[in-house]
Order: sequence, then C-alpha cells, then structure tokens
Amino acid sequence: MTERMVGIGAGAKELATEDMILNIGPQHPSTHGVLRLRLTLDGERISAAEPVIGYMHRGAEKLFEVRDYRQILVLANRHDWLSAFANELGVVLAVERMLGMEVPVRAVWARTLLAELNRVLNHLMFLGSYPLELGAITPVFYAFRERETIQAVMEEISGGRMHYMFNRVGGLKDDLPEGWLDRTSRAVADVRRRLPDIENLLLGNDIFRARTVGVGVLDRDTIMQYGVSGPIARASGVDFDLRRDEPYLAYGELPVKVITQSAGDCHARFLVLLEQVKVSLDLADACLDRLRELPPGPINQRLPKVLKVPEGHTYAWTESPLGINGYYLVSRGEKTPWRLKLRSASFNNIQVLREMLPGHLVADMVAILGSMFFVVGDIDK
Amino acid sequence: MPEVLDVLIRIVAIVAVFLVLPLIVGQTEHKVMAHMQARLGPMYAGGFHGWAQLIADGVKFMQKEDVIPTAADRRVFALAPGVALVPYLLVLVVIPIGPGLIGADLDAGLFYVLAVMGIGVLGSIMAGWSSGNKYSVLGGMRSAAQLMSYELPLVLAASSVAMAAGTLSLPGIVEAWQWWWLPWQAIGGVVFFVAGLAELRRPPFDMPIAESELIMGPMTEYTGMRFALFMLAEYVGIVVLSALTAVLFLGGWHGPLLPGPVWMLIKVFALAFVVIWLRVSYPRLREDQLQKLAWMGLVPLALAQLALTGVVRVLLP
Repeated sequence: MTERMVGIGAGAKELATEDMILNIGPQHPSTHGVLRLRLTLDGERISAAEPVIGYMHRGAEKLFEVRDYRQILVLANRHDWLSAFANELGVVLAVERMLGMEVPVRAVWARTLLAELNRVLNHLMFLGSYPLELGAITPVFYAFRERETIQAVMEEISGGRMHYMFNRVGGLKDDLPEGWLDRTSRAVADVRRRLPDIENLLLGNDIFRARTVGVGVLDRDTIMQYGVSGPIARASGVDFDLRRDEPYLAYGELPVKVITQSAGDCHARFLVLLEQVKVSLDLADACLDRLRELPPGPINQRLPKVLKVPEGHTYAWTESPLGINGYYLVSRGEKTPWRLKLRSASFNNIQVLREMLPGHLVADMVAILGSMFFVVGDIDK
Repeated sequence: MPEVLDVLIRIVAIVAVFLVLPLIVGQTEHKVMAHMQARLGPMYAGGFHGWAQLIADGVKFMQKEDVIPTAADRRVFALAPGVALVPYLLVLVVIPIGPGLIGADLDAGLFYVLAVMGIGVLGSIMAGWSSGNKYSVLGGMRSAAQLMSYELPLVLAASSVAMAAGTLSLPGIVEAWQWWWLPWQAIGGVVFFVAGLAELRRPPFDMPIAESELIMGPMTEYTGMRFALFMLAEYVGIVVLSALTAVLFLGGWHGPLLPGPVWMLIKVFALAFVVIWLRVSYPRLREDQLQKLAWMGLVPLALAQLALTGVVRVLLP
C-alpha cells in the first residue's frame, strides 16, 4: 500500500513525488558483466542501493570437489578473468604446502615475475576502463596498447592471452623460452615509458578531479567490518599487503613498496592502482635480474601419475591484483579435494556498495562502481 | 521567374550544405579521434581510408527495423527526431558564407538563430519523456536542466557582439567586424562556444547521453532512421555552432589572400576540430557541476564581456 500525496497545481506546497526504482544491470554498460544494482532514486539522488549478485554463479567451489588437482587449475583461473595467473597461484600454493613440496628456485622467481606482470595487466584494464566510465574515451586505447605489449610476452610463454594455465603443482608448465627474459625487459621498459600518456591525460584534469575527489569516501572502520582488501582498502589508509606482511613466493627477498593513500575516495583508489602499476613494473625488473643470475636448473617437479594430497587442511592466501584471495583446502587423502573454499576479493569488496552509494547521484554511482574495481566472475564464482 | 529560380537555387544549396558538411565533420571525427587514440579508424568502406564509412552507416540505418516500444507515447516518439533536426536546418538558412552568400538575410538574424536553436533541445526532452524508459526519462530531465543553465550565457555572449556591431543582422555583424574585435570579444567567444557545446550535448557536457550511466539517454529506445536523424542532428549542430562562432567572433569570411567563403569554411572546420578534440581529451562533467560552471563561471564572464563591450563602445564611438 503506497501513500500518495496529490498536488494542486504548480503553487502547491506538496507536489506528488514518488521514488523511482531503477535497476542498474544485470545488462548495463558500466557493470562489466552481470552485476545488478537495485537503486531507489529520489530524482537523481540514490536513497537506497542493493547489490544483487549471483547472475554469473558457475558453482566453481562445487566443481573443485569432482576434479583432480591438475584440472582444478583450469577452473580456479577463470573466476577472476583479469588475474588468471594470480588465481592459479593460490591453488598450487595450497596444494604444495599440503604435499610438503619444495618448488625449484627458478620456478619461484618466474612465478613471482609472472604474477607481477599479471598485476600490471589487471591494473591497466582499470586505468583504461575507469576513465571510460567517467566519459573519457581515450585512456582505454592507451591502456590496451600497453596491455598488448605485455600480453605478447605472456602469450609467447604460455600460449594464452587471458587464461594462461601456466602453473603446475610443483612449478611451471615449461621452461622459459630462449631470449624471453630480454623481450620481457623490453616490454616492461616500454610500458613504463608510455604509462605517463594515461597519467598526464587524467591526473591534472579538472573535470577528472571534480568527478573523483571526495566522491565515494570509504572509511577504515567500514573496510574492517566488510573485509574489504587490496588496492581499495589501501586507498583508505589500510596499510596491509600480503606480499610484504606475509610473503609468499619470492616476495620476502624483494623490496615490496606498499602504496597507500589516506583520502579513501575514488581519486585515491585511482592513484593507488596507478602507482601499483609502477611498483609492479619495478618488481618485475627485479625478478628479471634475479632470473638472469640463477644457474640453470629444473622449473618443475616430476609428479606421480595420480596426485593424491595427504589428509588435512590448510589455508593459503595471496595478494591477488583485486585484493586478498583465500583458498581453504580440505583433503581426505583423495585425488580430489574434499572441499576447496574460495575467498575472492571482489565478493567482499562489492558488499560495501550498500553503505557507500546512498546519498550520491546516479553519475557518482558510476564513478564509485568503477573505482571499486571488481570482476563479476570473482563475485559470483 | 528569376526570383523563383533564385530561391530554388538557395534552397538546393542549403540542403546540400545541410547534408554534406555534417558527413564531412563526422568522417573527420572518426579519423581524428582514431589517430589521437593510437588507432586507424575506418579503413575499408569506399577504399581510400574508409571515406565512405558514414554513407555505409546511413545505408545500414535505413535497412534496420523501426522499433517503437509498447510503452512509448507513439506520436511524440515519432516526432522527436524531427524536432531535434529541423531547427538546425532552419538556422543554416540565415548563416552567411560570404558577402551576399546567404539563404535569407533577416534583420533580426541573431535573434532568430538563438530562438530557433533552443527548439532543437525540445526534441531530446520529447524523446526522453515519450520513450517509456527510465534511463530516457533521466536523460530527458538532464537535457532540460542543461537547457536552463547554458541558454543564458549563450544569449548574453551573443548580445555582446550585437552591441559591438550595432545590428542583429548576421551579415551586418560580419561586415562591421574588425581584426581587433578578436581580443575585445575573446571572453564572449569562449563563453559562447562552451555554452554551445553544452547545447549540443557534446563531451564534456554529454550527461544526457552518458552511455556509461544512462545507456544512451533519450536515444536509448531509438533504432534505424530515427536514431540516424538524432546522430545527424548532432553533427549538423556542430556545423551550426562552429559557423555561428565563426560569424560572430572570428569575422566570418574576413581573411587575407583566400576568397571569403574559403576562409569561412576554414574557420568552421577549425572549430569543428576543436569540438572533436575536446571529446577525445575530457571526461564528462556531472549535471550539477555543469550548472555550477554555467551560473558561477559563464554567466559572470558573459556579463563582464557585456560591460567591457559597453565601455569600449562609449569610449570609441
């Protein structure tokens, strides 16, 4: 039963107004897939927002239970299609830990390198698509030019452009091709040199600042309550990065610079992601230098025909480009996991929208949604 | 008989300009944007650098099914593209290309131009209300809000030139124009151009369309020829705005060496290039930020220009 006020002409004090329910998505250009937001609008101002998720649920966790550990990688790398390599990593780390397996040094460094390149690819996607949401159409082309440069070397090594499938339990699939390190160095240098193209187009721009500064401020407490992680949390001053605070792979030996901002608005999130690209490029260079010095040796372990993981459980977490990815692996000694729980970064990051959106305009909604940098597959798994 | 022939020739010429110039601007936009964004743009249609791309687009639009949503207000929905397009055609009639080269010389040409241009926006509002789509309604509301904010600076800036020239006739204004009007009317010129961009709903003022927020705003439900008419209206709008800015602030056909009409065309295309350039380099403003820009930036600037014009007119009779 809705109560309706009836206005009496233009001079009447109480004109009939009604809130409008607007569904953003599941098919909408700025939801990057099929996220749905149910907005209650008063004019253009949002009075309530409800994220409706699940349109892309593919039952990944359930499927893990009927796949052996080699097959799981194919599934695990797909939920967040922008950071496939980082996703494979979490699974193999968990399995290797349960097996008590020592991974060859070269594999560890190569994995670190590829993980950082993957992070650059992922963040470049944001640097292109976020301005697009604010109506700046050019940066996306520059971002994709850079992505193409790095994808070329990733494709050369793995054959894949998005879903690399290059991790194996115990190392990597193949050794690095001849001369690949130099080509990668060149690609990294090229991207570093051309990155200012994107930066200069946006950072000094008054309209970009007007659209992002002070918009969608996320405070520390909310972040803690909702379990927001990754670049989004760091933009609000949460100084936490697994690469530094609980190093895995070779990060312990690398000088990982953690970028933080204090403002917590859209602009801060953009800055963090932009700076992280530079940090990752530096880390990639450090890995490349190290790989050149390493003596020749194996890059993977010989595995038994049927890989069975001993009974027990473990929790591996990694700093995926979008935030913290957690993998809780429970094994009963079978060749398939009994349970593999996936904690994906976007799922937690997106829940906070309910708190952030009310009070903002529809135009800000797009600015905030974009700055939360999520992948729908990563939400719905 | 010669009078009828004269009118006929003028009409044909104007319709030709109306159909050809927007296509050239559109093609320029394709290519200029592409090269600014490290890509090539259309390369296949027609053979040489995709020159026939827009013709191919037009053919495609004509073949498409004409869909009218069930919830739409059919009459208004069908009428809106026409309302958006025709005013620009009517404006072209009174814009002088060279001395004597004009469709119709109206005494109150400037007044007529400003009045008619405002009607074009109604097309977008009509489309927004009649589509039966929430995004369209939001887009239409944004169009209406935008109309309120830029119309005033547009009129104020234009009236400054009229004051300087002492006439409302467009050819009269160009004839009275001197080179030193450039610095004198510079502020007014910028205000007029910026406000005009807002009227055309071109980036950075394309909030009514804002494809990342409102899909396509008032045009969301349009397909086929009706959509093509809206697109045509946008590009004719660029031509009209560039031509008006050239006539009012850049001295129309005045220029050394080359013949007058050539100078006029050069100025029109240079301004159209700026319009394209802005689209490539700027993000979109927010609706309330445009209001702020209009009321706190453009209106005071336009008033300052009016005062300056008045003072100079009094001091230099």
